[in-house]
Amino acid sequence: MNDVHTGLPKFDYIKPSTIKEASNFIIDHKEESRPFLGGTVVFVHMRDGIWKEKYLIDIKHLEGMKDISFDQKEGLTVGAAVTLNQIAENPDIIKHYPLLVDAANKVGNYQLRNRATIGGSICNSRPDSDIVTACLPYNAILRIYGEKEEFETPLSKFFLSLGKGILKPGELLMKIKFPIPPSRSVGKFIKLGRNRVGDRAIVGVAVLGYPDQRVPSGFTFRLAIASAGPVPLIPEEAVQILQSSKLDEGIIEKASNAAMEAATPMDDTRASAQYRKWMVRNLTRKALLEVVEHLKGLKI
Amino acid sequence: MAIHKISLKVNGQQEELEVPSNMTLMTMLREKLILTGTKNACSNGQCGACTVLMNGQPVQSCLVLAVEADGAEIVTVEGLSKNGKLIPLQELMIEKGAVQCGFCTPGMVMTAYALLQRNPHPTEEQIREAISGNICRCSGFVQLVEAIQAAANLQ
Repeated sequence: MNDVHTGLPKFDYIKPSTIKEASNFIIDHKEESRPFLGGTVVFVHMRDGIWKEKYLIDIKHLEGMKDISFDQKEGLTVGAAVTLNQIAENPDIIKHYPLLVDAANKVGNYQLRNRATIGGSICNSRPDSDIVTACLPYNAILRIYGEKEEFETPLSKFFLSLGKGILKPGELLMKIKFPIPPSRSVGKFIKLGRNRVGDRAIVGVAVLGYPDQRVPSGFTFRLAIASAGPVPLIPEEAVQILQSSKLDEGIIEKASNAAMEAATPMDDTRASAQYRKWMVRNLTRKALLEVVEHLKGLKI
Repeated sequence: MAIHKISLKVNGQQEELEVPSNMTLMTMLREKLILTGTKNACSNGQCGACTVLMNGQPVQSCLVLAVEADGAEIVTVEGLSKNGKLIPLQELMIEKGAVQCGFCTPGMVMTAYALLQRNPHPTEEQIREAISGNICRCSGFVQLVEAIQAAANLQ
């Protein structure tokens, strides 16, 4: 019978001993099985009948899944099963990857963040994920267990469409790697929700800017925007505008407008598509102005 | 559906149970151990009425499978008071008028208890953020925040 209080339907809980065992089980039971980590989305979808798998495969206990390590040269490596609170409270991440901390602290609520994981957030392939939006400007790389071998892919290439990422049955996200951020980089994460903390993003913006002598403006900005389309948005034209000429209010305005033009959000209960487009422009502008102020040490 | 033998500590007591795969920790506590202090409202990880401590951390027990709690230490609201004596946080919640219908109260107590364990002297903003995962339909949260602040002041 269904769980008497939550209505969670019947399924078999599988706890494999190795990642190979997990992967093989999923391949042998394609269409019928789903791996899970924190379960905060999986259980709700199962309860609501959106997902109906017969087997749920717990992979969070597998080797390396809960590890966090930092190296001054190699950067940060985070296991897929690391929770959002563990990210927000880790001293190396606080010091070197503050966008991840800002984003993690804005997801759901404290209790949820003790279960919700970075790996699950990525694999759900949703454009409104705060932590995904913050990972993108750090050029995060995913290490994935594949049927034949392990392989790596940039996070930016993971998302195919709403709810769909590149993982094939049997492929499992193991770790997320973050190179050392560029020297003197400054970041800003802004999330707009219907309340101050906890709502899914109406729009979210993550900006990482750093001095870059290779480009005419002297600065490069990496941008990622949440809830601006079916997959997380990286507004390439805005990035190019910000590299192209001396940074002033006009260029920031132009880049923010380019981000707005690139956005293809939807209407939902939280906001209309049109409002989201305006907020993409306004929040991109706000984040850029603040980052530029820090980078240049002067207000423009 | 698979049945799992689990062994865990609940409120300091070792328990050996058999649970089906789809039984949530919340249901296990309420139905198998008759610890009905932990409440269900949203089944969604939003309202916090089902909050318990799992290995010292507050979690929403509606989103944890009982089988995932194998080997864990669980504390529910029943586990805070000893021999009927409430802890100061609980006494202050009553004294400050922070309990109306009482439905959010167990979850609120567990969340606040966990907050004061990790941050013994929170600011008002930190208290409000910490309890943002516990919805109270009756109060305006003001008395809850005051009670938690008063409990912190005792520490």
